[in-house]
Formats: sequence, C-alpha cells, structure tokens
Amino acid sequence: MKILAESAKYDVSCSSSGTVRRNTNGGLGNTVGGIGICHSFAEDGRCISLLKIMLTNNCMYDCAYCINRRSNDIPRATLSVSELVTLTIEFYRRNYIEGLFLSSGVLRNPDYTMERLVKVAKDLRSQYFNGYIHLKSIPGASRELVTEAGLYADRLSVNIEIPNEQSLKLLAPEKSFDSIFQPMKFIHQGILENGEERKKFRGAPRFVPAGQSTQMIVGATPETDQDILYLSSALYKRPTMRRVYYSGYVAVNSYDTRLPALQQPPLVRENRLYQADWLMRFYQFKVEEIVNDAFPNLDLDVDPKLSWALRHPEFFPVDINRADYEMLLRVPGIGVKSAKLIVMSRQYGALTSFQLKKIGVVMKKAQYFITCRELPIMSIQELKPEIVKNLLLTPKHKKGIFNQPELPFDPI
Amino acid sequence: MIIFTYDKTFEGLLTCLFDAYAGKVFPDVLQEETSLLPLFYDGVYSIVSDPTKAERVWKGLQKKLSPTALTMLSASWLADGFPERDMLLFRVMHKAIDAPKTIELNFGDADVLQLSRIYKQVRYERMRVIQFVRFQKSADETYFAAFEPQHNVLPLTIDHFQNRFAGQKWLIYDMNRQYGYYYDLKSVSEITITDKGTPLLKGILDDQSMAEDERLFQKLWKTYFKAIAIKERTNPRKHRQDMPVRYWKYLIEKQ
Repeated sequence: MKILAESAKYDVSCSSSGTVRRNTNGGLGNTVGGIGICHSFAEDGRCISLLKIMLTNNCMYDCAYCINRRSNDIPRATLSVSELVTLTIEFYRRNYIEGLFLSSGVLRNPDYTMERLVKVAKDLRSQYFNGYIHLKSIPGASRELVTEAGLYADRLSVNIEIPNEQSLKLLAPEKSFDSIFQPMKFIHQGILENGEERKKFRGAPRFVPAGQSTQMIVGATPETDQDILYLSSALYKRPTMRRVYYSGYVAVNSYDTRLPALQQPPLVRENRLYQADWLMRFYQFKVEEIVNDAFPNLDLDVDPKLSWALRHPEFFPVDINRADYEMLLRVPGIGVKSAKLIVMSRQYGALTSFQLKKIGVVMKKAQYFITCRELPIMSIQELKPEIVKNLLLTPKHKKGIFNQPELPFDPI
Repeated sequence: MIIFTYDKTFEGLLTCLFDAYAGKVFPDVLQEETSLLPLFYDGVYSIVSDPTKAERVWKGLQKKLSPTALTMLSASWLADGFPERDMLLFRVMHKAIDAPKTIELNFGDADVLQLSRIYKQVRYERMRVIQFVRFQKSADETYFAAFEPQHNVLPLTIDHFQNRFAGQKWLIYDMNRQYGYYYDLKSVSEITITDKGTPLLKGILDDQSMAEDERLFQKLWKTYFKAIAIKERTNPRKHRQDMPVRYWKYLIEKQ
C-alpha cells in the first residue's frame, strides 16, 4: 500500500468533479452536484479526494522523468483486483475518500494492463459502488478496452507529460505522441457518440460523464510557457477535455543526465501556468494574449493577468459602473465572483470604492485600473506601467518596524 | 432605544417582525427574555412566539424573495458567534418587505452583504462537516463519527449523508451541542446520548467498542495519508489553511 501510494503521488489530478450520480437504492455512494469534495489535505497542501493508487508499480517502460522506470531499483508491489475493490469500498464507507483514481505501470503490454484496470472499475460498479472512478488510460491500449473503461469510469485521462515530441523521444523512447493522442481521440469520439445516442434513448449508459483530463511536466525539458499553453489551449478546444494539469518537475531520478538538476521543483512557474490556465477557462482570455512570440514566458514576478494589464495600459482605467462583464474580468484585483457581484449590485445604484472593497475587490491592485465615482484619478494612465508594477511589488513596511533612514558610517 | 424581548427562536424572530408591523414600532435591539436590560431605553416590548403570525410573515417573504434568499435567511439562523445576527436578519427581512423589488442582489447594502457573508460561513462549515467527518465502524456495525462544528450545521448535512451512505447504519454526533443524527437503514432520527459512560462520548472509539477490521483500515488510511505527500513540496501553511487544526481532534489521519 505504502509503495503503491508513493508511486502514484506524482499524479496531480485529484478532482472528483463533473458528474452527478444519485445513489441507487441501498447502494453505496453518490457524486454530488458536479463538484468534488476534498476529504483531507496532505502535508504538501494538496487535497486528498480520491484514493490515488497504482495497481502495480512494475513497469516495462523506462521514462527518464518517472520514479517507476524500469531501471530504478525501488521496492515493487502489486495489488490484486479484489484487494483494491475492498480497500476502496471500506475507505469510502468511512468517508475518507470520494472515489478511486487508479493508475498503473505497464505490465507485459498496454492491453493486459488496461484490462486489469477495467476489471477493477467493473467489479466496483457491480457491487453498487456509485462513487467517483478516475482511470488512467494506458498509452497504446486498444479501442475496445478504452470504450469498456468509459462505461464504468467517470473520467479517463491520458498523460502527455512532455509537451513536445522531440523531448518526449529523448526522455521516453518507448512512447510516442501517437500512442498518447490515439486513446485521447478514442475517448473524445466515444463521448460524442454517446451524446448522440443518449439523445435518442434516454436510458443509454453514460460514457465518461466527467470527460477527460491530462497532465504535463513543467521544467524537465526546455519548452517555453508558450509551447505548453498553446498545447493546452488546443486541447481545451475539444469540449471533452476538462482539465490540463501542470506538474512542477520533481527531480526523482537525479542521476539521469538528460534531465536538469533542480534543487527545488519550479513551484512559482507551475503556479503561473495554472493562473494562465484559469484565465483561458474562466476569464475569456485567448492564449495569444497571455503568451506570444514577443513574450514567450510568463512573468514570474506578477501574475499573468496583471502582466497583461501592464502591457496593455490603453484598456484602462475601466469604469466600474459602466464597463461590461468581460472588461471587468480583465481588471487585476477583480475575480469572477466580484465581477458578478458588481454587475448585479450596480443596478441598484452607483458603486463606490468603499463598497467595492466590501464586495471583495482587491483594491490594492485594482485602484490603478478602475474609476468609480469618487476615486482620485491616479490610474495607470497617469502613472506609468513600470511605476505601477514597482508599487505593487514593493512590500509595505510591516507595522511596528520603524523605517529609519540609515546614516552612512565612516570609520576614521 | 426600543427593545423587543423574545424567546430566541426563528419563529419568535418572525413574530417580532409581525408585531413590529402591527404596532408600527421597530426595535433597535432584540434580546432574549431572560437577559438583563440595559441601563437606558425608551420602551421594551415582550413578544410571544406565535406560529400563525410567523407563518404569515414567512409567506409574505416568499412573495418578495427567491427560494435561494429564503434558504439564506433560514440557514444563517444556524450561525453561532455573531451577537448581531438576530438584529441583522430582522433588518434584512424588514428591508425585503418594504422594498418594491427584491433586495437580495443588492450587495451594495451593508446588511445584505453581511448576511451573505454569514451565510457563506454557514455553507463552508456545512461543507467541512461533509469533508472531515470520519466514520469509525463500531462493534455493532454502526458507523460512528464525532464532530465539533463552529456553527450549528448538522441538520444541513443530513440529506447528503443519507443519500451517500444509504446502505449502512450511521451516527453523527455534535460534541459541543450534545445532539446527533442516527440512521437505521430506513430513516434518520435526532438523538441525544444520555449515558455519560459510553465510549462514544470520547469521540474516538477504543479497541473494545470498534469492529474487528476497523483498526486495520485506520492504519491503512494513515499509511496512505503519509505516503501520498510529496516531501519536496511540503507546505505546512497551506496544509493548516485547508484543514484547520480545530478539526484535527477527530481526524483519524491526524491522530
């Protein structure tokens, strides 16, 4: 158990969202309201929602970035299908987890492994388990198996890991882009076909109701943020792709010279990528507005939204009481929630800065980008973008620390 | 300053509203009947809870507000630790009735905003119960969980647990407020444990009172919890933010 959970921990996805399934009579579990529930939080601050585990950490591949690669000398273990089913059900009954996230090393061949993953999902469902099941689709698995998996699982995922074909060739010679995108396509087509079928027959079984997700490793290869984000944006164009996860590279195989020797995983970069991802999904930004040829990497000092605003002072200041929702979303310091609240509240009367603060707008940032009735006009138009950036980056002095000018001291 | 005294029930609050409109006197302070009056005041009215009056006020509110806003009012009643809560609810309902159109979206109004804050806290607390309840299987096959919610939110979670764990007997107990809910595979009933000596009141079961395989699964869960964290990325601050220390008492993985 310990071995297999440790092997699985580098998978980022934990979400258990996207499906609503009511409990069947007397059965166990449901998935609520399309949102996941985090049942616990690990010491690294990540949420534990699913029992994230591998069926086996034996693997015939030798991917440089992976801890379970063939040439690593680590303890290996394998769980039987029935053990895994019992474990999931017992954990679920105690409200520890929201469901199962099952992945596996590749044993013998992709189909053999995939078959066993599908068996677990099938057994769980046949025991009236209605919790969440997320299966990892093994690169290179056959279409039939992926289709069968889709009938039992809520979400299927295939990890891209390396966002560039050449780099993938270098680090994981046994994998190819084709073997990754092929199952993705199967899932995509399966969902679309199933949608058609369910229009005709309401009772038709659902196929991967929560869509698919994928994951990319950040910082192991020389790709720019532009490469990564363009790929995610292309993936999001397919409506069945729900989430792309970014995983800051943790140097697990430090002896491999093909990989950079990192002391610390690139956490800030990972965070900025997620922020950019959010801008694409919830803030109606286009990917070329966030990164482009002139600006291939995200700014590590400021978040991508502020960075966009600083590069485009011509759009500001925005009038809070008139601007449309899309423009409000682009103001640094205003999030989706505050933008909605502003749009709803301003029909009752003009909003003041005091009210904005109460609503939850981060005025420290927003003050340079907005006008409302009584704000003094010191916006980004009067100040220059560089000055605004400096103002936002210099930390305010903490209370109680007396800011004494230092006298030069000349020893005689 | 006008003072209304009442019995500190939601029904009583609605009756206060009814009587205020009837007598055209609106209170500045709402007080429980038993608490002491302040030194100076202009008038004090004692309000007696009346279900028919309360019902009429609630029906009137239904005409003015959406079901969501009504849930907001009734759920905020369960919040603890806000001394101004009752007066706030009173003011919001008063405004709602007087206004020609619904006020529930006017977050520029300080009272509406404050109420939405309180409701948010209640919702969060409900979510935390759903997240952090840990069942322990007792010797008689009942799944038992103890909890100390900040607000009185257990009633809001029962639907969820009833749907999710329909196939097992369970008991969730609020240790602070000394009551809980028991599900016997058919229906849920509210109970209070009167036997002070029972191991249930400790919150964590001991070896005699737990089922045979319980210890094993607790151990497995703890192992899993340790194994899943990536040591290179340890972030204790975020860990405590997402799972505040006040809930650790009954979390198996934090024992």
